[in-house]
Amino acid sequence: MNRIHQKLQEDKKLLSIYFTAGYPNLNDTITIIQNLEKSGVDLIEIGLPFSDPLADGPTIQGSSTQALKNGMTTEVLFNQLQDIRKSVSIPLIIMGYFNPILQYGVVAFCEKCQEVGIDGLIIPDLPIDVFEEQYKTSFEKHGLINVFLITPQTSEQRIRYIDSMSNGFIYMVSSASTTGAKSGFGEEQTNYFKRIADMNLNNPQIVGFGISNQETFTQATQYTKGAIIGSAFVKFIKNNPLGDIKNFIRSIIG
Amino acid sequence: MSYNVNEKGYYGDFGGAFIPEMLYPNIEALRQNYLNVMAEPEFQKEFNQLLKDYVGRPSPLYFAKRLSKKFNTKIYLKREDLNHTGAHKVNNTIGQILMAKRLGKTRIIAETGAGQHGVATATVCALMGLECIVYMGEIDIARQAPNVARMKMLGATVIPATSGSKTLKDATNEAIRDWINNPKNTHYIIGSAIGPHPYPDMVTRFQSVISEEIQWQLKEKEGREHPDYVVACIGGGSNAAGTYYHFLDHDDVGIIAVEAAGKGIQSGKSAATSALGKEGIIHGCKTLLMQTKDGQITEPYSISAGLDYPGVGPLHAHLYKTGRAEFYSATDDEAMQAGLELTKLEGIIPAIETAHALAVFTHKTFKPDDIVVISLSGRGDKDLQNYIDYFNL
Repeated sequence: MNRIHQKLQEDKKLLSIYFTAGYPNLNDTITIIQNLEKSGVDLIEIGLPFSDPLADGPTIQGSSTQALKNGMTTEVLFNQLQDIRKSVSIPLIIMGYFNPILQYGVVAFCEKCQEVGIDGLIIPDLPIDVFEEQYKTSFEKHGLINVFLITPQTSEQRIRYIDSMSNGFIYMVSSASTTGAKSGFGEEQTNYFKRIADMNLNNPQIVGFGISNQETFTQATQYTKGAIIGSAFVKFIKNNPLGDIKNFIRSIIG
Repeated sequence: MSYNVNEKGYYGDFGGAFIPEMLYPNIEALRQNYLNVMAEPEFQKEFNQLLKDYVGRPSPLYFAKRLSKKFNTKIYLKREDLNHTGAHKVNNTIGQILMAKRLGKTRIIAETGAGQHGVATATVCALMGLECIVYMGEIDIARQAPNVARMKMLGATVIPATSGSKTLKDATNEAIRDWINNPKNTHYIIGSAIGPHPYPDMVTRFQSVISEEIQWQLKEKEGREHPDYVVACIGGGSNAAGTYYHFLDHDDVGIIAVEAAGKGIQSGKSAATSALGKEGIIHGCKTLLMQTKDGQITEPYSISAGLDYPGVGPLHAHLYKTGRAEFYSATDDEAMQAGLELTKLEGIIPAIETAHALAVFTHKTFKPDDIVVISLSGRGDKDLQNYIDYFNL
């Protein structure tokens, strides 16, 4: 069974953490993953850096630019992850824009993900219809869960379609924004979370964008299965030693 | 073979809409509506009226006698430089501002490189009384000060793009991010034949007034609608797309594209995408783009800020791959000399972008009775400082 499916069956609200591979230093990847697992995080999104991250705000743009300067590439990342399953069992997801994956070769990328023990992918600019027509079979063959996004503007009909194409969880973008742009939720978000919860979708929802602390984590997970922290964590590891990751996680989930 | 976009938004292998879900509702609304809106008689009437009375169309098709003599062929110049705001860009911004109004949008965003598209957007926003925000690379802001001032006079807010290389590519990223953050009231006026479907097709259709006019103007002058060749410079490719449009499916018309070679194709400082690019995704479409082996988008270089873009529109990628168009590239030096030559022979100072198209004659010899129509896409006022610096004027 895919590690993501196992995790989703646990009776708890899930905390997922995003970080950009190769940041702050090229070879921090393994240490960050191990510390996150030890700190009680449920899922990890490993960001494959891209030169032009359209959906990201300044924090993740900055970490991506620095990671590329540090020498991060798709190949370097896979080399770093080669033995990762000897030390951790936490579900691992690679999040990246489509062009670097396309240049690596989508099939080769999927093969390599399976080989090193990746469980799922989030590719924000890979359209769902292109995925369905060209890549779904390869993802399934290599045991990879593809995660799609929905936003407050996504129509009910399209949410149903996305739900039918998903086989893990749905990444629920909390508000119309790039990453790291807003913090905190108002009534509009709560209503949106509830509206989606009431749709009784097949796939659980995990909320991303705008979660940075315990308060926003609690708000985001009131009606959903979990929440993702990205920019706030990237900022934290910029300013703190990797050994302190446990303090950050403790401040979110106690 | 058809060279137009298919119903799924592709030109052969290129095009599509590779966008994050946040942009889907706006792009989908545009896709569903753009052809219907453009076909409305009221829309057509308003668009054509503005092109005539405000832009000053039709732009002349001018027989360049001395240039023709020099290169021993028949050269016509399509004078887009005489349009209001000084370039072809305004054809598209007029069309898109009318589209935005019909879609109920009240806030306009745009990207700009040299500032020509930014000025053309700020102009139509002033005309329609709509809020206008233009994203421009911090480096371009410094090197195109007069256009920044024009945009401000026109009431636009110019926001510097400080990410990445701080040029056109990054200004486009920032405009897209703005749209993600403002999905309800905002329309993004893309200035080139790039971006997710339906932008390349919509921009091409608004610019196609160029080739439509060439047909009847050439008929008047030469008794035939089809030239032997149409020539245009290509950055993203909007003036080229408009110049080629009505001739795409007519094999008797040769299509020529001239890219910016910068300091030379192999110099590491170039914007010749067809020579240096590979298939990939940039700004929401699959096309040819300059990138590393790992798929990171690289920085182009050209003396011309308007050609300083690491991709080409998907239509042009298709024309290149199928061999329908001949692609050449002109270096900075070739373009500057061609610009000066036109100035001396015909009394027309072209934009440096346009000067690249004029450099076609250093790469290809035409027959004496060939009719060659060159898109004179913009005037050189904005480039005066570059000309001064280059020629020590």
